[in-house]
Amino acid sequence: MGISELLARDAGGRVFLTLLVLVGVFLPSLHLLLPETSPLHISAYTLTLIGKYLCYALLALAVDLVWGFGGILSLGHGAFFALGGYAMGMHMMRQIGDRGVYGNPLLPDFMVFLNWTELPWYWLGFDRFWFAALMVLLVPGSLAFVFGWLAFRSRVTGVYLSIITQALTYALMLAFFRNEMGFGGNNGLTDFKDILGFSLQADGTRVFLFVTTALCLGLAYIACRFVVSSKLGRVVVAVRDAESRTRFIGYRVEWFKLWIFVFSAVLAGLAGALYVPQVGIINPGEFSPLNSLELVIWVAVGGRATLYGAVLGAILVNYSKTVFTAILPEVWLFALGALFVLVTLFLPNGLIGLLSQRRGERA
Amino acid sequence: MTGAHVLTTNPAGPASAIDGVADPRLDTTHGPILYLEDISVTFDGFRALNQLTLYIDDGELRCIIGPNGAGKTTMMDVITGKTRPDRGTAFFGQIIDLLELDEPAIAQAGIGRKFQKPSVFEELSVFENLELAMRTDKRTWPTLFAKLNGAQRDDIEDVLQTIGLPEQRRQRAGSLSHGQKQWLEIGMLLMQRPKLLLVDEPVAGMTHQETERTAELLLSLAGKHSVVVVEHDMEFVRSIARKVTVLHEGSVLTEGSMDEVQQDQRVIEVYLGA
Repeated sequence: MGISELLARDAGGRVFLTLLVLVGVFLPSLHLLLPETSPLHISAYTLTLIGKYLCYALLALAVDLVWGFGGILSLGHGAFFALGGYAMGMHMMRQIGDRGVYGNPLLPDFMVFLNWTELPWYWLGFDRFWFAALMVLLVPGSLAFVFGWLAFRSRVTGVYLSIITQALTYALMLAFFRNEMGFGGNNGLTDFKDILGFSLQADGTRVFLFVTTALCLGLAYIACRFVVSSKLGRVVVAVRDAESRTRFIGYRVEWFKLWIFVFSAVLAGLAGALYVPQVGIINPGEFSPLNSLELVIWVAVGGRATLYGAVLGAILVNYSKTVFTAILPEVWLFALGALFVLVTLFLPNGLIGLLSQRRGERA
Repeated sequence: MTGAHVLTTNPAGPASAIDGVADPRLDTTHGPILYLEDISVTFDGFRALNQLTLYIDDGELRCIIGPNGAGKTTMMDVITGKTRPDRGTAFFGQIIDLLELDEPAIAQAGIGRKFQKPSVFEELSVFENLELAMRTDKRTWPTLFAKLNGAQRDDIEDVLQTIGLPEQRRQRAGSLSHGQKQWLEIGMLLMQRPKLLLVDEPVAGMTHQETERTAELLLSLAGKHSVVVVEHDMEFVRSIARKVTVLHEGSVLTEGSMDEVQQDQRVIEVYLGA
């Protein structure tokens, strides 16, 4: 199936991809080409902020795939995002080399501080980018595989599944908080210097990361659209709407759930890996159950089972969060909660549902 | 009338789509396609099936009747792998042991089931419902890259004709009428090309006309398939049944033609509580 064929019936997707190309080309140009005094100049801060939103949008796609299409309400997808982030963070930690505060060529600062003398085995290999990149996808994917295999095979569904996904991310948070785990405890991993030999502070690197994120988001969107337009996508929707019926026509439901869950976790890991070099830190707070709940709200606000709705929701909610937390930080969580309640009550299909309803009325 | 196509446009039936495709291990040389022997199922002390023994012949259309709680649905659950019996044996043909298989494996071996409540995939179109049910490789990766070939499209078209829903192919299954959903579900059964169809209360909630068409549809399937129908509607049973089995308290009370069964004193007692 060609890309044009894939997008032929996806008007929202065409709009989104067009905007994404514009954003991916113009924002970096405005940042690099215009002088700082120009009113149209985009600061490095803004560029990185938008890059962060794009990572969240990728994460929202992953959630929409399992929840919107598969009906699997995962309240632990933040864990896969964080694991991808940690894998990338470990690579950049090892890239610091002897430029750390303690100047140890092998051990990251926090290990020297803990009086460790050798690198734990699970840090081996992360000095190589290709290995780290592989782990970015493999670690979240494997966790999702093992977790999903156990859960789906035992036919754990609905609210029970949601609760154990929440427990999963909470357990990981507690584990990563511990210094003995060897992931920097509550400080996490930070003080990154460069990626692939380029300084993270350099304009060119920031632009490169931004463009890479936009590119990954675009490709992930197309991949997700391919999946949901395939017969497998229809089976996943069938499972969502009538699980036992799907079993009686001969599909091994647990494998389909597992497939979509693992694919989604891999996308979430990729989002985390793109996020960490741009924000410069990864800590156990990313595993917080609250983060995973927020993801669900992004998707609900944008509109489930549309893919572009998830992107829209992620960007809008996070933009509001940026604005709100600057003006009234203590109100943000209440606003978020209220938003979720309102959307659930009045916009069951999210903003996209509202838009298509309007269009339907006019037609 | 949306059901106008049933059996009228395809008098001979679309041979390719309707014929069952047997699992190579399915051996019916001794006659029966389904052997249930000495099956007992207990739920919290309640005996839903009590040493049930039942044989269904290859190509037969069998109606199963019985008062509520007689074990009709539990029997279907055992055959399709949803419920495991406490004891007894269930064989599909002479070789395939149903008790060793799970629901998808039983479906792939050639047993299709239509539920009492019409259960179609509401968000998908009529065409897509049939496409998903189609007999083909149902593992994840082949499903991801699956594309319909010409023969498969023809099969779906044939079934659309048979169930009388060719004009509704693009319609969302959720927007069909009750009767149309029942037919779509029968169509989904046909797409699986089963050798044995289990049909639970196919005419519940149907209008008189719809009931008649359903009877025609089921009669046309017998011979090529073995069909087991569970139904409460006696008039409907009379119109299609050649052989009727009466279940009572989890075991077979009697078997025979509709007339024989209706004159059986024990059946009258069970139904009238006399």
